[in-house]
Amino acid sequence: MIFERILGPLDSLFDRIGRRKTGDAPLAAFLLVPAVLVLGVFGIYPLFFSIYISLFDLRMGRGAFCGLENYTEALTTPNFWHSLVVTLYFALGTIPVAMALSFLVASALFRIVRGRSILRTVYFLPYVTSVVAAATIWRVLLNPHYGLVNAALGAVGFEETRWSQWLLEPKGVLYLATGGLIPESVGPSLALCCVILFEIWHSSGFMIVILLAGMTAIPRELEESARIDGANWFQVTRRVTVPLLSPTIFFLLIISAIKAFQAFNSFYALTGDGRGPVNATQNMTVYIYASFFLNGREGYGAAVATLLSVAIVALTLAQWRFVGRKVYYE
Amino acid sequence: MTRKALVYVVLSAGAVVTTFPFLWMLTTAFKTYAEAASPTVDLWPEVWQWQNLGETFRAAPFATYFANTFLVAAIVTSAVVVTAVTAGYAFARLEFPLRRVLFGLVLATMMVPFEVILIPNFVLIHRLDWYNTYAALTIPWCANAFSIFLMRQAFMGLPGDFFDAARVDGCGHLRFLAYVAAPLVKPMVVTVALFAFLGSYNSLIWPLIVTGTESRRVVQVGLTMFSGEAGVQFNLLMCASALVILPTVAVYFAAQRHFLESSLGAGIKG
Repeated sequence: MIFERILGPLDSLFDRIGRRKTGDAPLAAFLLVPAVLVLGVFGIYPLFFSIYISLFDLRMGRGAFCGLENYTEALTTPNFWHSLVVTLYFALGTIPVAMALSFLVASALFRIVRGRSILRTVYFLPYVTSVVAAATIWRVLLNPHYGLVNAALGAVGFEETRWSQWLLEPKGVLYLATGGLIPESVGPSLALCCVILFEIWHSSGFMIVILLAGMTAIPRELEESARIDGANWFQVTRRVTVPLLSPTIFFLLIISAIKAFQAFNSFYALTGDGRGPVNATQNMTVYIYASFFLNGREGYGAAVATLLSVAIVALTLAQWRFVGRKVYYE
Repeated sequence: MTRKALVYVVLSAGAVVTTFPFLWMLTTAFKTYAEAASPTVDLWPEVWQWQNLGETFRAAPFATYFANTFLVAAIVTSAVVVTAVTAGYAFARLEFPLRRVLFGLVLATMMVPFEVILIPNFVLIHRLDWYNTYAALTIPWCANAFSIFLMRQAFMGLPGDFFDAARVDGCGHLRFLAYVAAPLVKPMVVTVALFAFLGSYNSLIWPLIVTGTESRRVVQVGLTMFSGEAGVQFNLLMCASALVILPTVAVYFAAQRHFLESSLGAGIKG
């Protein structure tokens, strides 16, 4: 009733104004002001403010104009390049594996009727849990001294292997796998690989659900006729299912590439500060966070953030250009 | 038939791997300190230590963290619903100058990587003197492009005749929106509310950088801090994780059908 008391007169008022020349404009302004204000101040304005800040040697809120110095500093700092490499390893490690696993699970789910919705819910579960809480579980599981993973390996006879440090191991997996033939610094570190595994576990549910929905939308006659023509599972998948699913796969690729480049929570929660042992897991976002929040250099952080977003936009455009044209639209 | 059995075996194995960490979290949460910290593979606790729940709340100010989180999530969720419904309706149903430009700008905010706006907003919060306040935690998140876009799509889908009919009965746009249009797109409103709640509840980096004291700390930040402080009190750490996970899983199960189906449609057709 109180609602109508306020709404009624407002409605009549805008109705009366609306009948004049102004049309819907006053009402539109009334409805849009809250959203536009918030998005303008915290969404659009920061874009320009960020570029402005990146031209200053801003430290803890004060500092002088320095031109492009922050950018040149970033491009000549080894840590910057290291964080870019970590980001690339992370993207290349998570996306193809998660995509392949999700595709397999989704096609298996698609074949069954009984239990499909329960299993789908189960697979989606990690995705709805907070990254921080899920990462906390994994951090304990992978604890070198008390963790279940090492205890389980010990129980079957693998005590104190060179793999036992997990998230605390800055050495490369190639070094560990070859027993020292390949230098420590080549390839992703074991700590980073643990983060990658965690991410695959945590985010595959999303891909599975989307792929499953995509598969349900494919006309079944095509797969059936291919089967009647004698195609096996692999051929049907490769020649019929994947091409028909390509818009969905492409959508997932774009989304997960952007997400991989922006990943922060899993890094932070798994390693305690995001950087990991000897900066082994310091990706771009963690590097930005460390620059402006831990080291108090907002100008430098903003410059790195600008470089990162240029990279993200370039990557997305490249995907549209090179992968997008292979997408089959009916 | 055997192939089908194989499919079920593989799927069940995958499901076990997927859920095992959660099961392990739940049992470890109620083990004794010694049991949880000893490197064994026993899944079940010797005796279920239910008092761990209380211990967890005493070990760190989780009550404050949860109160802050729910307050922030409630404010953000209701604000997002209001801004998305009003702005979505305006973009879908009203004729006004600069409509396309404004809508383009709104969509542009969706494509900006969040790292780019992180630092300017951090600086802005300090200049506004909002550091360590609820305002800093809520106001920047009170509207978002994705929700506005979803509501606009939903309102565009309503037949125009509805409005004409309501108009004949004396409704203006506002009454039509409140009594006819919004109730008709309720599934989408629920989806927007869910996304807003989950986004707010699970956010880490923003609350991490704009709060500095326990009195304003949210639960995600609190849990990462506790994870550093708790050392090997794995039982309490898992208890805290379970408590943090519980609300989102409850929300997910309560609204599951809704959530999956409409978010899918939005994702693929978007």
